[in-house]
Amino acid sequence: MINLEIPKKYKPLATQANQVATEVFRPISRKYDEAEHSYPKELDMLASLIDGMNEGSDLGGAGATGVRRSANGSDPGENRNGSNLSTVLGVIELCWGDVGLLLSMPRQGLGNSAIASVATDEQLERYGGKWAAMAITEPEAGSDSAAIRTTAELDGDEYVLNGEKIFVTSGDRADLIVVWATLDRSKGRAAIKSFIVERDNPGLKLDRLEHKLGIRASDTANFTLQDCRVPREALLGDPEVKEKGFAGVMETFDNTRPLVAAMAVGVTRAALEETRRRLASAGVEIDYDAPALSQPAAAARFLEMEADYEAAWLLTLQAAWMADNSKPNSLQASMAKAKAGRTCVDVTLGCVELCGAVGLGETELLEKWSRDAKILDIFEGTQQIQLLIVARQLLGKTSSELR
Amino acid sequence: MSTTITDADRGVAERAMGIGLRGLNWLAGSDLLDRIRIRKGLERALFQGTKSGFRTATVAGRTFKAAQSLGKPARQSRSQSKGLFDVTPDDEQAMFQEAGRAFAAEKIRPAAKAADDERATPPEILAQAAEIGVAMLGVPAELGGVVEEGAATTAALIGEALAHGDMGIAYAALAPGAVATAIGLWGSAEQEATYLPAFIGEDAPAAALAILEPRPLFDPLKLATTARREGGDWVLEGAKSLIARAGECELFLVAADAEDVGPALFIVESKTKGLTIEDEPAMGLRPAATGRLILEGARVPASAILGESRRADYVECVGRARIAWASLSVGTAQAVLDYVIPYVNDRHAFGEPISNRQGVAFTVSDIGIESGGMRLATYRAAARADRGAEFAREAALARRLCAQKGMKIGSDGVQLLGGHGFVKEHPVERWYRDLRSAGVMEGALLV
Repeated sequence: MINLEIPKKYKPLATQANQVATEVFRPISRKYDEAEHSYPKELDMLASLIDGMNEGSDLGGAGATGVRRSANGSDPGENRNGSNLSTVLGVIELCWGDVGLLLSMPRQGLGNSAIASVATDEQLERYGGKWAAMAITEPEAGSDSAAIRTTAELDGDEYVLNGEKIFVTSGDRADLIVVWATLDRSKGRAAIKSFIVERDNPGLKLDRLEHKLGIRASDTANFTLQDCRVPREALLGDPEVKEKGFAGVMETFDNTRPLVAAMAVGVTRAALEETRRRLASAGVEIDYDAPALSQPAAAARFLEMEADYEAAWLLTLQAAWMADNSKPNSLQASMAKAKAGRTCVDVTLGCVELCGAVGLGETELLEKWSRDAKILDIFEGTQQIQLLIVARQLLGKTSSELR
Repeated sequence: MSTTITDADRGVAERAMGIGLRGLNWLAGSDLLDRIRIRKGLERALFQGTKSGFRTATVAGRTFKAAQSLGKPARQSRSQSKGLFDVTPDDEQAMFQEAGRAFAAEKIRPAAKAADDERATPPEILAQAAEIGVAMLGVPAELGGVVEEGAATTAALIGEALAHGDMGIAYAALAPGAVATAIGLWGSAEQEATYLPAFIGEDAPAAALAILEPRPLFDPLKLATTARREGGDWVLEGAKSLIARAGECELFLVAADAEDVGPALFIVESKTKGLTIEDEPAMGLRPAATGRLILEGARVPASAILGESRRADYVECVGRARIAWASLSVGTAQAVLDYVIPYVNDRHAFGEPISNRQGVAFTVSDIGIESGGMRLATYRAAARADRGAEFAREAALARRLCAQKGMKIGSDGVQLLGGHGFVKEHPVERWYRDLRSAGVMEGALLV
């Protein structure tokens, strides 16, 4: 039966996450926006708490539980609400608090998500409980992740990694970096594998930390890998070079795109709620019964933005729900990411505009949210990449036909 | 056709054939019933269809008389959700949705162009729609309605399905049901007993929920149409716009600003003195043969005011109408998407399909993304209505999306076909006109 509300069983989780966002994130939000590159130590205790949340139940924390679709699922016809949905709901609430701080949460990195999703039991054993960042992008390979140049050569029982990685979220603070590298550049995407590199590996050299427009609480590192040796067991997943291998790596993104969409949804809601309060104090109330266009222009604009928010929220929940129910969701995950990413940018900037000087000023968080927003329409696949994925699926095109 | 027919199917098919109802025959004989499970809803629809086959219809100005008087009004049952997030319709809803889709594809779409040209929906299409039960979706089960629970969602799914065939025809077919739904939701026991029996079965009267007025920035809560008290009666003055099949309507529910009450709905039978119909052709919804209802000193008894005339009921009515129009927008937006995909894949320019170009392909992506958001927002609002939850916010947002993104989709549909989209050889120009209309309409349809 169609019901597009937050499920009853996850309401406590959402409330709890919202309390964390309110009590922990919001009070230090501005502090770490200003103190870029300093570690938000307040997060340590919280991270332990979230580890506890991840342990016992499917109440996933900030998204690092990854997605392991169990083979022995329940009745296929039966509607399921599981960890994908609960994680998305938690992420929305936490990012309503502060998206930069969520990205800085120990042991909640994208690398953790990848490890949790594709690691063998031995790898899980070995790397569990550690904080893992993800290193994909290179100076010459952004959206085109099949073009990466970092190489991995087998030498005895070790792989030797060489190359340059940029834009590694939490790269400085994490214990592990999941590095994408090619086993053979002539074999294209089939040869691309991911490797777990310990942060203190002497072959992994931190070049610098980026200064950014937003999410300044989160560190963004650039690395050089120089004869960086890792054990053979550090290769995540299947070591064979075959075409499906890359698809497997890319499938990780089907699971992480709804999470980034959820981040965008959370930031969007924060801006809308604040703006609604500000408009009310300026004498503009939003009326859902009157037609938008017979209300003040500010109210009409707000309704327009809230409508986009509603669509983004629902598309995001739908993508997560599909994953919970083992329905292929690549299309819906990209739709959610595209819609939520652009909505977040448009709405947060619109809210700044509506609130004027209050919106621009650093005494409030509206301007910060509009700076944080932009990355959400870029990382984990830019708006344009999502549109490409959606278009290829809708039109039945290959990546060589629609480039 | 099917190779495996269940007993349930056979029962339905035999009964349908036995009474010689063509539409039911079509429904029962199509592959449809083999794909989906037959449930009580369809059985009852067929039962009611059978019953009405024996009734004599008086087409114009029938007499509505209270058939039975219940102590208190019957109402739709609220749906009992398990509280889980779910995007799938339940079995009963899926059945109506499938029936609507098959009907839209096989009957409505092929008739759409001529209906648009002629500003008329063929009577056989209206009759077949009635056989699916579109006029009685909102009638409480106690009074012979076919929907057990979740009637608003079911109506939204059917609205979407029919509008995929054609929005104007969908409007013509669904408009009478809005009156039955309103009476079933808010009418008194007496009003239900008087008017609802006529809507059971396939012989429903043409009827209209008349809220929209012909002026810019129309707000359904600030009506120019008035109802003043006069000697125990109500006297109505005003004008109502874009009423489907206005000339055929036997019954109107007219929204008016009532003296000492505020906005309220009045049951006005077509034989009431002081009513005139003017033809009101519009850019879209042409198969619905839209007309304007003029009320000049139209006198109705005190009992004509709907139910307890609570403001909250009226506001809910406005919201449910917006959900209904949103559902039609979703269906037509999907029609655009389904039409442009093969077109841009087949159409060549510069030596390759135009869909190989991002400028074209991304437009298709956006149609997919925005129509997906419109659909979910509409479903959410409808499902909330079914549970008795507040839905003003959700209805308003669904309407915003459908007015804005829906229109963009209509425009992009024409744009992607270029000059070919501008000419009537293709349906996209019609959808452009209809999607503009859906964003403007108030009242007229209900979920």
